[in-house]
Amino acid sequence: MHNHVVDIGLDLLSYAFPVALIILYIAAVSVTNNKYKKWPRIRIIFWVLGIFSVFLGIVGPIADRAHDSFSAHMLTHLLLGMLGPLLLVLATPMKLLLRSVPVGFGRLISKLLKSSYVQWITHPVLASVLNVGGLWILYATDLYSAMHSSMWLFVLVHVHIFLAGYVFTLSMIYVEVAPHRTSFRLRAVVLILAMAAHGILSKWIYANPPAGISMSDAQSAGLLMYYGGDVIDLVIVVILCAQYFGGRNIRRKEKELILFHKS
Amino acid sequence: MEKRKSSQDEPFNFWSGIFFGLGFVAFIDEAVFHQLLHWHHFYDKSTTSIGLISDGIFHAFSWFATVVALFMLADIRKRKVWDAKSWSGAAILGAGVFQLYDGIIQHKIMRLHQIRYVAEVIYYDIVWNVIAGCMIVIGLVLLIRKRPTKPKKKAGEV
Repeated sequence: MHNHVVDIGLDLLSYAFPVALIILYIAAVSVTNNKYKKWPRIRIIFWVLGIFSVFLGIVGPIADRAHDSFSAHMLTHLLLGMLGPLLLVLATPMKLLLRSVPVGFGRLISKLLKSSYVQWITHPVLASVLNVGGLWILYATDLYSAMHSSMWLFVLVHVHIFLAGYVFTLSMIYVEVAPHRTSFRLRAVVLILAMAAHGILSKWIYANPPAGISMSDAQSAGLLMYYGGDVIDLVIVVILCAQYFGGRNIRRKEKELILFHKS
Repeated sequence: MEKRKSSQDEPFNFWSGIFFGLGFVAFIDEAVFHQLLHWHHFYDKSTTSIGLISDGIFHAFSWFATVVALFMLADIRKRKVWDAKSWSGAAILGAGVFQLYDGIIQHKIMRLHQIRYVAEVIYYDIVWNVIAGCMIVIGLVLLIRKRPTKPKKKAGEV
């Protein structure tokens, strides 16, 4: 009986938390809109969908099914580690935070963002290794089955999937506050390799199910990981290219303007 | 003032074409042979590890290449330096090169999967690779036929 009460408490908490995050975001938007430029409405939609996607990966019907279905687990992985992070990055919560807090606190945050730790962790190479490397360890070793017998391991793995996906997305596209930038070429190469490693792992899972997973379950999970990953990666590729070619146009126009004034 | 580059000197014409051709063939391969006809298999028991790696990298690269090619195309069209002939030449060449790589290296040497799971797969292989060879020749002809009119590259130009 006691456990049951605790469970309900945990459930309530896990539903209250996302709602609180959404309310907080909208409140910050409406308060800062009086003082600064109007916050794009689309970002509120990104935030709501992103929070929804992340929490659908942790609680609710799909997450419940993920305990005994590997394909359902793969769907939560897509929601928690790929789609959710992409939507949350597009909602630019860091920019919103910076314009919501007092100047002194804002300076502290930007100092933190400029720190060498953040520089390291958001470097495309390290972010990709943490992201896709973590997945390889999860599915190619016994970690996946060990995760289901230890509550703490389960939480740790899921926190890692989310954070690694978020940092990976941050390191590839620059819509958020991004003090440490790397070249388009580097990001392009790293993104292709990361996508390839993700695709290879999907096919590897298709052929080599983790311990205790049936062949057909592993096959549908592999297919889902392969094609689901492709769709979300495509969005990242389009944004990355749009930013690069957009910037290129601006630079060329500036150059032409300078040459025009000189002649 | 810097002289506007002629469309023939524009490197994006070539690269956008190559990338587009490559991505287009990869897309046809995926959409038609995997999804619609179900001739190709997602995984085949004889697939080698190197085949899996090669497929993964080519799949990711073709996704990226298609998007980059379209952005480059938009860019050269906006700057009015698009040369349709060398662009299509490069596209057909890129398509042929990828198809030949897929047909010889990935299907046969790395044994990623076969074109179709039938007894006489050799005929499928021949048709597949001959088409690839033809595309390479046509692409090269289109590209080379443009060359004689091309002015000599000026020194110092990128």
